Amino acid sequence: MADGRGGTALPLLAGDGPLALRRTGPVPAPGAAHVTVVGAMSAPLGGDRLRIEAEAEPGAHLTVGASAATVSLPGPHGEQAAYDVRLRVGTGARLDWLPEPVIAAAGSRLRMATRAELADGACLLLREEQILGRHAEPTGDLATRLTVVLAGRTLLDQELSFGPGASPGWDGPAVLGGYRAVGQLLYVAPDLTPPAPYVTPTTGPDGVAALTPLTGPAALVTALAPDGHRLRRLLDELQERLTAPVLTMAPGTATGAVPPTGSAAALNGTPL
Amino acid sequence: MSEVQQQPGRGFPGGYGQGPRAALLLLADGRFPAGGHAHSGGVEAAVADGRVHDAASLAAHCRGRLHTTGLVAAALAAAATAGADPLGLDQAADARTPSAALRTVSRRLGRQLLRAARAVWPAPALDDLAAALPRGAHQPVVLGLAAAAAGLGPLDAAYAAAYESVSAPATAAVRLLGLDPFHAAAVLARLAAETDSVAAEAAAAGRRAAADGPGTLPAPGAPLLDVLAEAHAAWPVRLFAS
Repeated sequence: MADGRGGTALPLLAGDGPLALRRTGPVPAPGAAHVTVVGAMSAPLGGDRLRIEAEAEPGAHLTVGASAATVSLPGPHGEQAAYDVRLRVGTGARLDWLPEPVIAAAGSRLRMATRAELADGACLLLREEQILGRHAEPTGDLATRLTVVLAGRTLLDQELSFGPGASPGWDGPAVLGGYRAVGQLLYVAPDLTPPAPYVTPTTGPDGVAALTPLTGPAALVTALAPDGHRLRRLLDELQERLTAPVLTMAPGTATGAVPPTGSAAALNGTPL
Repeated sequence: MSEVQQQPGRGFPGGYGQGPRAALLLLADGRFPAGGHAHSGGVEAAVADGRVHDAASLAAHCRGRLHTTGLVAAALAAAATAGADPLGLDQAADARTPSAALRTVSRRLGRQLLRAARAVWPAPALDDLAAALPRGAHQPVVLGLAAAAAGLGPLDAAYAAAYESVSAPATAAVRLLGLDPFHAAAVLARLAAETDSVAAEAAAAGRRAAADGPGTLPAPGAPLLDVLAEAHAAWPVRLFAS
């Protein structure tokens, strides 16, 4: 929430189970609050139910990052884990949701759902990265869904499933084409001029990426690469085409979450 | 949100699914004059990069497309046939089509299909859609309404969309790779059981969406199709429009 002095207050910052939340510095922009999600233990394990919520109240600017990648690991009985992310951004607020990648370790099964609800006039920068297995191991199962609703209208709804339990064809030339890392970067801003589509060369060794406008004040980068480092490089490179480097908005709140067998965290940012 | 009130199966007193079944053959025929033959389903770009180069890689391409954007298109079409609000479905198609190039293609194909369908199976629902979205509705939404106008049901519409998601790339690969047409047909034949299951899943999802709203529709994406579609749209010269 806005603190009334041009900054962002964090009236709620609560985590338990494997998700610990820390207010950290340096602040990325004047008036912003920065929170880092710290993995306090190995998670998610098969069977875990994790939830994290973040809300930037009107006028707030909240940025959330993570201290390390999330490694999805198999549970003792092969159960699926679930990880739900709920984001809310109010009018005139901005949320930068920039976690580290999710790595689908061999044998793991994870369903991850991210839902962002934006008020009219809200701003969101969101990055998602998925890595198919740790180094030189086969990938586990990961099913993700990203749903972004702006002022009541669904702006983006995308699922991606890969791994031995996914529908066939996921590793073929239409979907992931043998790449081991895939990611998206979404930018929603009320004053956004739709960027012209841009594509990297499509046959190089470092992966491929495209920037495309969505139906609304938003643009999306989709990238595929042989590994997480090259994926991040592509996303960073195209982000420069996407966002004006202005980070001068008021503050936000964040909430993090835990599994029912586990943990939840919540961040709640309000302008100070 | 709808100004388009669709009555499923209008013209067929028993409701949708009461018309002659052979209409499905006409609707799914690659020679139906709706412009589909000009599109390769992403195969032209994949061939250029060497990602699709033979019957096996073509099969992998078709299989991935069937279970992702093919399922989405089939579910949208089935929902339209089942009476879901076409304008809500059109927005749902936008949200499920992140590539601007592919949204443009889908609306162009929708416009062409609507023109053909209005001549072949005249129905007020088709006229209403043309009036509400003069720049073109997404092709699967038109396909679903055309199926309803022809007296077909949601499963029929799902079949037409699912089959189209694999037949377009297979047909294009014959031209692009000089692939033996027998081998291309064999690829489609081997995908028949999966096409069945995708159509059934899509029909169930479409009926559910007609009752509960389009947010319940499946949304599997195909990242590489999206990226390569943007690249392909920028080619100065190409054999296929998409």
